[in-house]
Amino acid sequence: MEHLMNPLDLSVEEMDKMFDLATDIEHNPEKYRHICDGKRIATCFYEPSTRTRLSFESAMLNLGGQVIGFPDGGVSSAAKGESVADTIRVVSCFADICAMRHPKEGAPYVAAEHSSIPVINAGDGGHQHPTQTLTDLLTIRSMQGRLDNFTIGVCGDLKFGRTTHSLVNALARYEGVKFIFISPPELRIPDYITEMLETKGIEFSEVIRLEDRISELDVLYMTRVQRERFFNEDDYVRLKDFYILTTEKLKSAKESMLILHPLPRVNEIAVDVDSDPRAAYFKQVQYGVYVRMALILTLLGLAPEV
Amino acid sequence: MLNVGKIEEGFVIDHIAAGKSMQIYDHLGLGKLDCSVAIIKNARSVKMGKKDIIKVECPIDTLNLDILPILDRNININVIKDGEIVEKRHLALPREIKNVLKCRNPRCISSIEQGLTHVFYLADEENEIYRCRYCEEKFSESD
Ligand SMILES: [Zn+2]
Repeated sequence: MEHLMNPLDLSVEEMDKMFDLATDIEHNPEKYRHICDGKRIATCFYEPSTRTRLSFESAMLNLGGQVIGFPDGGVSSAAKGESVADTIRVVSCFADICAMRHPKEGAPYVAAEHSSIPVINAGDGGHQHPTQTLTDLLTIRSMQGRLDNFTIGVCGDLKFGRTTHSLVNALARYEGVKFIFISPPELRIPDYITEMLETKGIEFSEVIRLEDRISELDVLYMTRVQRERFFNEDDYVRLKDFYILTTEKLKSAKESMLILHPLPRVNEIAVDVDSDPRAAYFKQVQYGVYVRMALILTLLGLAPEV
Repeated sequence: MLNVGKIEEGFVIDHIAAGKSMQIYDHLGLGKLDCSVAIIKNARSVKMGKKDIIKVECPIDTLNLDILPILDRNININVIKDGEIVEKRHLALPREIKNVLKCRNPRCISSIEQGLTHVFYLADEENEIYRCRYCEEKFSESD
């Protein structure tokens, strides 16, 4: 693997290897503290995403490497109209690896084509965000102990939410994963995903109310439902509370259920849920750092056998 | 049948669905080429009833015909050199098409990046679906 553009660029075996490495990093951080001494990551963010940028930078610093880059668009020559191809040619001279976020779909792919260093897609518009998917999978694997034979509820805006599409595509490659899609009718999961599940003979169902199926879930993946996505105000008022997770709704959930969320959260998870042991969304952020460390090591060819 | 003179070097694009020749003329950019082009509309065809034919007189390495199978799988291409058919080109769907189709997704990097090669790859051979190499949006003729 030279670059990472799409989560499905990685085979299941490659992903599992990456997760083994991330887990070793989690348990033996001191072993990795100087492994990237003298290496630099460039974080080229053409649009703001402070959380993702900090996660990459923190990952590199944890490995002993250094960080350069232009943060969050705005001031760089990129903003003055320099092409992505030229930018990456220049950045290739300064850094050993690049994480690129861009509002246009496919921009990191253009960068990868002109780059002499590994490029990581750190989110390209509404298209792909592979390190989010790796983060989600590592969190489930680490906290639940496995990525097969469980039931996941995916709740919220399933139409426009690219993180949920990637997550479903990635989990569909494991045995015995059942999906329950919980969304307003106008924000249903796209047909191409349900068709893919049907073709593979994977069990799934679609419901409108979270309460109806929460008791069956091993993992609940929450996403935000934005008001402006609704066709009309009446529907919004009628449906909005179905997609807000409260301690009340959690009463019927399994003791072991994991609650995940790609963050930032607005109001779709009530704040008092944070103290519930099932809330895993802040641990998810930590796993995001481990998996980015594993990814950087793998792409730089520095990953030890674990 | 209407008789159009033989060509020395170029292509005879045959078995075009009747009425589709102008669309192919546009897609191939024949209007911009400095060469003779004959369009024969509604020619009689034993196989098809009616068909269109385009004859292009040009050096054979100057015209990129990669897009043709995407527009119409039934098209036949005869390559002419020195007044003879030197090749009957089989229209396999190309795996990749460069700088012929343009991505229509306004959110795609190809809409702003200068000097970019527009690339589409064959994503689904059975359903003849091509996707943009950059944003993976499906190419469709209609919109
Ligand atoms: Zn595109």
